[in-house]
Amino acid sequence: MRATLRRTLGLAWVLPALVLVGVFVYLPLVQNLGFSTLEWDIYSGSQEFAGLANYAKLAGDPVFWSSLGNNALYAAISIVFQVLGALLLAALIEGVRSQRWQRALRAVYFIPSAISLTVAGLLFYFIYEPNLGPLNHALRAAGLGELAQAWLGQESTAMSAIIAMSQWQGFGYSTLLFAVAIQRIPAEIYGAAAIDGVGPVGRFFRITVPLVREMTGLMAIVTLSGAFQVFNEVMVMTGGGPDNSTQVLGTWLYRSGFVRNDFGYAAAIATVLFVITLGVAVAQLWFTRRRRVEW
Amino acid sequence: MVTRLSFLGVIARVFMWAFLLALAVVVLYPLLWMTLNGFKTNAELFGDPFALPLDWSFDNYAKAWNRGVSDYLTTSVLVTVTSTVATVFVSAWAAYGLTRVDVPMNRTLTAAILGGLMLAPTVALVPLVKLFQSMGLYNTFWALLILYTAFRIPFTTFLIRAYMIDLPREVDEAAEMDGAGRWTAFWRVILPMCKPILTSTVLLHILFTWNEYLFAMIFTSGSGVQTLPVGLTSLMSKHGTDYPVVFAGMVIAALPVVLLFFLGQRYIVKGLADGIGK
Repeated sequence: MRATLRRTLGLAWVLPALVLVGVFVYLPLVQNLGFSTLEWDIYSGSQEFAGLANYAKLAGDPVFWSSLGNNALYAAISIVFQVLGALLLAALIEGVRSQRWQRALRAVYFIPSAISLTVAGLLFYFIYEPNLGPLNHALRAAGLGELAQAWLGQESTAMSAIIAMSQWQGFGYSTLLFAVAIQRIPAEIYGAAAIDGVGPVGRFFRITVPLVREMTGLMAIVTLSGAFQVFNEVMVMTGGGPDNSTQVLGTWLYRSGFVRNDFGYAAAIATVLFVITLGVAVAQLWFTRRRRVEW
Repeated sequence: MVTRLSFLGVIARVFMWAFLLALAVVVLYPLLWMTLNGFKTNAELFGDPFALPLDWSFDNYAKAWNRGVSDYLTTSVLVTVTSTVATVFVSAWAAYGLTRVDVPMNRTLTAAILGGLMLAPTVALVPLVKLFQSMGLYNTFWALLILYTAFRIPFTTFLIRAYMIDLPREVDEAAEMDGAGRWTAFWRVILPMCKPILTSTVLLHILFTWNEYLFAMIFTSGSGVQTLPVGLTSLMSKHGTDYPVVFAGMVIAALPVVLLFFLGQRYIVKGLADGIGK
């Protein structure tokens, strides 16, 4: 009896965390599912059960599909630069002989990841700005004046411009983590390969790539998950425009719920986002549970 | 390692260095440009973007400070400090309970707390707004404190728990033999031993809170409760085309975290590396 009481009292250690996560992380998630089945009129305050009507509306909403497409584009380009590119870059940095230079380069590349996406987004808003922005000035100075354009102001380039900023902001983060993974590979393996006459390119493909594949998988998953949760940079740089061409799921949810007051519809978009991010997270779980690479 | 000073090898090294340094310029130049613009006048800003400021005055910084940045900064500091303390304490408590106390349903509780890692904040947005409105906490400092704490507990607990699990059992036994109660063992013995990981979690939480935008944007609107990431966008929209002031504000927002990164780099890298795949 006393022992049971003692064990139960032990719960006090876990309780604060459990309550906070339960009430503010899990509960809203469950409520969201319920909200997504409501026809919710914010002005009259009426809430009516609408079944799957919001989801049907979703299926017929071109902006929803273009938002989803933009997220997918974001994910694909980020995988190329922040996973594959970062792995290559990290290996290249390891090729630098001076440890001090290695550290300096990694730190410099990371700086944009330390600052907020608001600052980075505003900064690139100005860099892309047609009149005062250095990008167009540089193009004109290089005799490529016909390429100068309103990067964020036209549908054809706005999304790519935002994604480009995001690569600038994020590649140093994954490069740093790949560098950590590469440093965990024992130097003798590289030494032995070099003695066997394997060149740097061969060492990269035959040692580095296979031995950091766990980190590669994790980075791919983290990058994917991040790409579907994009919000800050789009809000700051274009607000979803011009003509909704840069909407992503996050900003379209915001606009539907908090600007047009269609909470039921916003909740339906949130459910889609939930399914995607949960799927990615489950993939991550499955991935980390698998046997680790052993030296 | 065998190194051959072949012609090809030299060429390769030259290209490698050229690429790495060019990339460093691509990273640093925009940041330098931002900093320089904070010193320019509006006329200079619309002139040659590559020119240096004519007069190195801190006027724009003073203007930014007086046009709200001092408020945003105060709120940011307040939210960051309080939520860091709250998050790290609650997480350390939970980690201690999960790793060193005989708690019923340990596995289920661990899964419940760490499972929060899988959920995207965006998904919970609509119900959270309703919840905070009904609690009367919408558009208050408390909303941010609670949200930043609740949503970062899973990650922070994950890191501290992974560290505590590796501490030897003998430590607890020694503390018990000395007659220390649970609380003393936690506070005086285990927590001090966790200092490296606590430092990592504190730094990562500061970086997160200082830069967070989604919650800050949706849950606050008055200038008295806005943090820097949202405040900067207000500064931008409220003051028309006085852009140098905006640049000054951006520098004020960015500088503390960049410094923090350079000072705590070792701990931040360790925390990030453990956080992604331990």
